[in-house]
Amino acid sequence: MGNTVSFMTRNFGKYDRSSIDSYESVGGFSALKKAIAMTGEEIADRLAACAIKGRGGAGYDMGKKWRQAREVDKPDKVVICNADEGEPCTFKDRTLIENDPFRLIEAMIIAGYSVGAQNGYIYMREEYAHLRPLLLNAMEQAEKKGYLGKNILGKEGFSYQLHLYSGAGAYVCGEGTALVESMEGKSGRPRMKPPFIKQCGLFHLPTCVNNVESLCLVPSILLDDQNEYQTYGTPGSMGTKMISVAGNVKKPGAFEIPFGVTVREIIYDLAGGVTDDNEIQLIQFGGASGKIASADILDTPYTYEDLSAAGVGVGSGAILVVDQRTSVLNFLRITQAFFSHESCGQCTPCREGNTQMKRMLEKIADKTHTAQDLATMKNICMIMKNASLCGLGETAQSAFTCAMERFPEIFAVRTEGN
Amino acid sequence: MKENHPVLTPALVQEMDAIMTHYQHDASKLLEILLDIQRAVPLQYIPKAAAYYVAENMKLKITQVYDVVSFFSALHESPRAKHPIQVCSSIVCKVNQSDFVLDSLRDILGIGLNEVTYDHRFTIEEVPCFGACDRAPAIRVHDVVYGPLTSREQIADIIEHLE
Amino acid sequence: MEMVHITINNMPLEVEKGTRIIDAAKKVSIDIPHLCYFPDQAVKAHCRMCVVEVVGSRKLLAACSTLVWEGMEIHTDTQKVRDTQVGILQMILANHDQDCLACPRNQNCELQSLCSRFNILSPKLPNVAARHPIQDSNPSLIRDHAKCIRCGRCVKACTESQGISALTYANRSDQFMVTTAYHMPFEETDCVLCGQCSTVCPVGSIVEKDDTQKVWDALHNPKKHVIVQVAPSVRVALGDGFGMAKASIVTGKMVSALRIIGFDKVFDTNFSADVTIMEEGHELLDRIKNGGKLPMITSCSPGWITYIEKHHSDLLDHLSTAKSPQQIFGALSKSYYSQAAGIDPKDIVTVSVMPCVAKKYEAARPEMEADGVRDVDIVITTRELTKMIKYVGLDFPNLPESSFDSPLGLGSGAGAIFGATGGVMEAALRTVAEAYTGQTLEKLEFEAVRGNEGVKEATIALGDTPVKVAIAHGLKNAETVLQMIKDGTADYTFIEVMACPGGCIGGGGQPVNTTFDIKKMRQDSLYDIDGSMVYRKSHENPEVITLYQDYLGAPLSEKAHHLLHTHYHKQKKTTWENVE
Repeated sequence: MGNTVSFMTRNFGKYDRSSIDSYESVGGFSALKKAIAMTGEEIADRLAACAIKGRGGAGYDMGKKWRQAREVDKPDKVVICNADEGEPCTFKDRTLIENDPFRLIEAMIIAGYSVGAQNGYIYMREEYAHLRPLLLNAMEQAEKKGYLGKNILGKEGFSYQLHLYSGAGAYVCGEGTALVESMEGKSGRPRMKPPFIKQCGLFHLPTCVNNVESLCLVPSILLDDQNEYQTYGTPGSMGTKMISVAGNVKKPGAFEIPFGVTVREIIYDLAGGVTDDNEIQLIQFGGASGKIASADILDTPYTYEDLSAAGVGVGSGAILVVDQRTSVLNFLRITQAFFSHESCGQCTPCREGNTQMKRMLEKIADKTHTAQDLATMKNICMIMKNASLCGLGETAQSAFTCAMERFPEIFAVRTEGN
Repeated sequence: MKENHPVLTPALVQEMDAIMTHYQHDASKLLEILLDIQRAVPLQYIPKAAAYYVAENMKLKITQVYDVVSFFSALHESPRAKHPIQVCSSIVCKVNQSDFVLDSLRDILGIGLNEVTYDHRFTIEEVPCFGACDRAPAIRVHDVVYGPLTSREQIADIIEHLE
Repeated sequence: MEMVHITINNMPLEVEKGTRIIDAAKKVSIDIPHLCYFPDQAVKAHCRMCVVEVVGSRKLLAACSTLVWEGMEIHTDTQKVRDTQVGILQMILANHDQDCLACPRNQNCELQSLCSRFNILSPKLPNVAARHPIQDSNPSLIRDHAKCIRCGRCVKACTESQGISALTYANRSDQFMVTTAYHMPFEETDCVLCGQCSTVCPVGSIVEKDDTQKVWDALHNPKKHVIVQVAPSVRVALGDGFGMAKASIVTGKMVSALRIIGFDKVFDTNFSADVTIMEEGHELLDRIKNGGKLPMITSCSPGWITYIEKHHSDLLDHLSTAKSPQQIFGALSKSYYSQAAGIDPKDIVTVSVMPCVAKKYEAARPEMEADGVRDVDIVITTRELTKMIKYVGLDFPNLPESSFDSPLGLGSGAGAIFGATGGVMEAALRTVAEAYTGQTLEKLEFEAVRGNEGVKEATIALGDTPVKVAIAHGLKNAETVLQMIKDGTADYTFIEVMACPGGCIGGGGQPVNTTFDIKKMRQDSLYDIDGSMVYRKSHENPEVITLYQDYLGAPLSEKAHHLLHTHYHKQKKTTWENVE
């Protein structure tokens, strides 16, 4: 088995990204044509059979999500593509849009058809503004060709429109309810749950939110008559995954891998190894909200189950390699600064927890912290994890907590006489 | 309309009208509208008067517009510069010596972080990850990403080509 | 009704499906600590103080936002819950100006109560509270950011119930705050100084501007004759601050307290409310008969007046020109009373006790004077009177009762109900109906105009003439009615508007934490007062009759116009043209 595959990335470099004719010449929209001959249930079943977990980070079963969205008994529904890829070190969605914009359009139409939505929205982070013309052009051409609009492909009653929305620099808008708030022209502070957005989301309509990668898998899955997808991966983690590897590596990039490749293969084969062949200080999985490990994890296969057993997770698919030139403490301070910048501020644990964590890291850097300080901080981390309103606050402490467990030496309290 | 508003020139008002019309005065498009207005304002920010103008013309509360402007980091309350140069401050760029990029910019432009050159042409800003980690260390100017930046010459060259 | 079975701390319990955990816990007498939760508001779930453990749930769940489900096992007092709640409290404290001893909300602060409850003996975290300039450039409210705990109750009150949205959240992370647009002072925003924000603030971040010292100074000045008037709704709310049963009628004790505090005369705004009815009622009749501007809208509520002056100045001629009861009292105190008592109006200090912080602003309006003498000199709220009574050290619940002084101290039942939404309308109808038909009403109660729907409509028969009226309370509802006038769909003759939800019994100067349930009880108490009165119509009030016979002549007379009527003007609004 090779280290990379081309399942959802098969069109990369194969067509003119500004031309729908070119996309059709490589089989574009044949998945949509196949989809509308199926029922929404059949499509959801097909996804369920492939055990696809949502690729935004939370890992919710995608077949189940589409089935539930379909079952909501409301006349108006919406589908949202979450292209607010904000986790540091994550750029796989950008890679997918950049290289195969029409695929996302096609997938969004299939999603709308499957769940019974009339409108689809792509919410893309402002930082990817340079990709807007690519998507707008693809949407325009798709509409001209009758893939969007009324009675699509002659399917009576299947009418669907796509809209492109922009973020404006807020990591928290990757969270579904914050994203929806921001799409309503408000600041992106997460809503409390319930109600869940699958019941009451954008403009109070039932809303089905999917990550770019999750969506981009769909056309390939529907056309996969030979069940190629199922041949990749491991029993616990079927198929392929887009990952983005960066940091202190020689060849950073986004890759489609079959689940089961080891972390070592990813870092040393795909990403060319550590910069200047330095020693690895730590590896962070899944972006700033992800957990960290030492080089001990290198031989762990990249699967949901193996990473989880090793105390980390797939998350956003990011793999950040930090070499020995950066200390764990500096890493923590930079990561924490990110959360201090991005917390929406409305709930106490995240707002005040981050404020206190920042001060604590300063103390630790000065070696003026006490054992009592550490105990207090541990409790604050527990509170952030268990009592925050949304996932941002919950995970903002991940790296810190992990470091306390795995790199205890940096927290050593200065004792009398030292 | 009042003549000679100190900030909102007739041309700018006209442009704001055009932007809102383009988005059909749809409140759900507030972010796009504000981002476009910001691009149209010479010093790349949302003047207070512009926020009021948008609120009044879109029948929104000024507090909603203000909250949005203050919340989103891509929207700016205060004047910046013709070319805000954004340096990524997130972990991937940091471990790839983005401090070198920052130092070089300071040196070339003779200003510190968040300062503006005397001619209002440049300012240096730190921003969180803009998703160009495969090009770290990177900077972003007017939606264009430059990276990886490893030499002072490279950086000087970028600045030279900004009008 | 579908019921679900749950346990709270092992206590089995059956509650309605859809109940929130926090409300279910109340049924077994457990008060789950909370700060951002406020019963009448949409749930925010921001502060996270109310988190509890639910068996099977990975995270702690907020009791304010989580609905119970069948078989739910809730624990409110595990080690984890306690550590979390105490930790959250410590974090909030760390971002709060802990100057509790010199805080207007000392001993009346929800954060302080929680610290006491959780036995917080010392702050555990370094204080990070940022100081911002204190906003106090208006006559009514003071806002101190350093005390704000960012619970958002004020934002909800301003946005949801009033539709004003002068307050908002802004920024994020440690800069996240409650503020106005661009931190402008209240008077330069859409704010109308209704003060609803100050009644829901759990701490001392938004409070009334305290004018009690001015009252003490006047009382201690031997050259001044200091008189006081008390608004109808104060007497059913004042007891709250002394631990009395909610909505207790404390009129007599209140009068005694004011005497002991040292006022030379204790008068009743119910009296001037009756005068308002005489003027406003006849103004309405005049407009009906002579083709004046209709619908006519009441003008007693200063928050409402600011609202229409700021936002709908094209509709100002719909407003009754009659001054509010407070201002009518003030004007009469410096003319009629001054003459009767033989005291130079310049030596009279007229103090008002009001349920309202906007009344402070109203009293300060430039036009509220006659011949260089202010109608009303000092306005204090129910909350400030509570403080003054405590200052003197009175055992308020056990005070003997006494009666108002004459000649401005007798109010009718009609004046009493001014404090409830629909009350002004009902009071006016009692007088207008009899004046219009020349016949005595068989039934005084106009039940159709009572109650708490946002906008009430009723058609009242004035003899054979049906008259359509509307009542709106809370400015969001007022806006609905104004839009109807603009659309031409408001076929009303007379409209009552009160800025505060529920009317003055829910005013911005009333005791904090006035919930909807308490408002209803206060309304009932006002109707009880009305029912117990000998005189229940303004025009039958003997002191009012004497006033007109001896002094004013008739309603709408030239003298009445000079003293008791006013005019309104467009207020400057912040727009794009006057900001940079």
